[in-house]
Amino acid sequence: MSPGVTSPAVQCRGVIKDYGDGAGTLRVLHGIDLSFAAGELSLLVGPSGCGKTTLISIIAGLLGPSHGEVEVFGHAVQRLRGAALAAFRLRTIGFIFQQYHLMPSLSAAENAAVPLAAAGVSRAAAVRRARALLDRLDLGAQADKLPGQLSGGQQQRVAIARALINDPRLLVCDEPTAALDARAGHRVMELLREVALAPDRACIVVTHDHRIYDLADRRVAMEDGRVVSSIPTVRARP
Amino acid sequence: MHWIALRMLTGDVVKYVGMVFGVAFSTLLIAQQSSIFLGLVERAASTVRDVRDADLWVMDPRIEAVDNVWPMPETVLQRVRGVDGVAWAAPFLRATTTIVAADLPLQTASLIGLDDATLAGLPPDIVAGNRADLAAPGTVMMDEGGWRFLFGDAPFQPGREIELNDRRAVVVGLVRAGAQFSAQVALYARYSTAVTYAPGGRNRLTFVIARAADGYAPAAVAAAIQAETGLKALDAPAFARASSDYVIFNTGIPISFGTVVFLGVLVGIVIVALTFTLFIRDNLRQFASLKAIGVSNPRLVGMVLLQGAVVGAIGYAIGLGGATWIVHAGAANALALRGFFVPPGVALFAALIVAVIIAVSGLIAILKVLATDPAEVFR
Repeated sequence: MSPGVTSPAVQCRGVIKDYGDGAGTLRVLHGIDLSFAAGELSLLVGPSGCGKTTLISIIAGLLGPSHGEVEVFGHAVQRLRGAALAAFRLRTIGFIFQQYHLMPSLSAAENAAVPLAAAGVSRAAAVRRARALLDRLDLGAQADKLPGQLSGGQQQRVAIARALINDPRLLVCDEPTAALDARAGHRVMELLREVALAPDRACIVVTHDHRIYDLADRRVAMEDGRVVSSIPTVRARP
Repeated sequence: MHWIALRMLTGDVVKYVGMVFGVAFSTLLIAQQSSIFLGLVERAASTVRDVRDADLWVMDPRIEAVDNVWPMPETVLQRVRGVDGVAWAAPFLRATTTIVAADLPLQTASLIGLDDATLAGLPPDIVAGNRADLAAPGTVMMDEGGWRFLFGDAPFQPGREIELNDRRAVVVGLVRAGAQFSAQVALYARYSTAVTYAPGGRNRLTFVIARAADGYAPAAVAAAIQAETGLKALDAPAFARASSDYVIFNTGIPISFGTVVFLGVLVGIVIVALTFTLFIRDNLRQFASLKAIGVSNPRLVGMVLLQGAVVGAIGYAIGLGGATWIVHAGAANALALRGFFVPPGVALFAALIVAVIIAVSGLIAILKVLATDPAEVFR
């Protein structure tokens, strides 16, 4: 945790998630109590099916918990509905998806500009800002290329630009390094730390990638729908 | 977000073209077939519409259309003239005859006999010759389209002889008249001449045409004629409508054209709805990521509606343009199709059908988009 910053960016209290009804109910989260501090880059790790994706979806307001509360920077996410929830996500949360989900018919700059367009910024202004951000990510020369013309690493950086373009306070990343070699993975983590972290921001990375475990500030481990550990990494220890 | 919706749409070229083609094909079928149908229906009333100087038609009570005639005794003419509100009344013979000429195949023609003295009922637009030429015995005028139908591009030559009911007839002029429903050629002659050209019995008078006096409403005068003579009397618009309705309700034409129009609608809905659904399904991940990013459902619905509207507008424009070109090219180059055009009502009808097609397709697409789980992006 960065010095002087103690307030949690994300606070989960007794979060339970069930799928199905009655005898067929499947409980995938068993009363998660967890916080992610502002100013930290945290990893959420664990085997497949342990509930990482469900938890991150609930934190991001993409799924509602069956029980419990989630606060993101003081906002009770589960109480938001419809347009208010969408607006909250748009303003507060940036997403980096494992499969990038870039729009194949939009250029790199246009893809990065999508959240700004969703926020009502004109196309020209949105693309201009996206180009500036891509420049910061060393992708300025590729700004007019379609995703299909970019390498995996370049597409990943376009996805990062899209996630950051609205200046979100919480960045949620799903396996951002899974498709990258070790060097590129390290570069992505450094990039996230460089552009996404500040004392009033947080970044949560869901990953299986052991190579980046020591590049975060905290590692939260899950098993069978429960948090089994939440420890500072080597990097964060004094 | 509009530009993103449009780029998503045009980015998938195959489906985009498929959807536009579906709408265009549907519009073309609907507009072209509806125009031909309405053109045919309009032809059923062209004899009535070509008579500009009369606004009343009197006939046997059993008559339903101008092509469906039954003769009356000629004495009815005087009875009609005696009805209050009738400015003038004139005989009008409507019959079918066969044109015989050495250098032509047999050709059925509509024969119209006009008042000997006034030629009341003759179409006013005389293209060649003049009204006085019909005063000579054994003379007829022909409609311009009929001349071209019989003689092709040969320029009109006054004095061309034909044979009608074993009698010689000399074509002395051409008039511009609407194409007929039951024949490709129309002939105009004085009444006394026309009766000799059409086989018939004791009674020959098929209609009395009349004009309401100033200050009298034609419909009211028609009612008075009907009341006083026991004959059927209609004002010109009503008789034109009745003649068209006869075709609509007593022939298989509406079913034939209606079937094609229905198939056009069906094909449009199936092609567009299926392709649009495939397009949306293929882009569900993109919609899910937009949802996750924070694009609200109303804005996503707006994007889908915009995509549908663009497909509909472009497809409609192409289809209507194609139909207009086909109908007008046919009317200009095929005499059998002369006079056909795409009425504004047909364009509006096709637009409404396209709107229904897009609405159905869009609704299916919107339901899929709304049902998309944004958490899908993490799976």
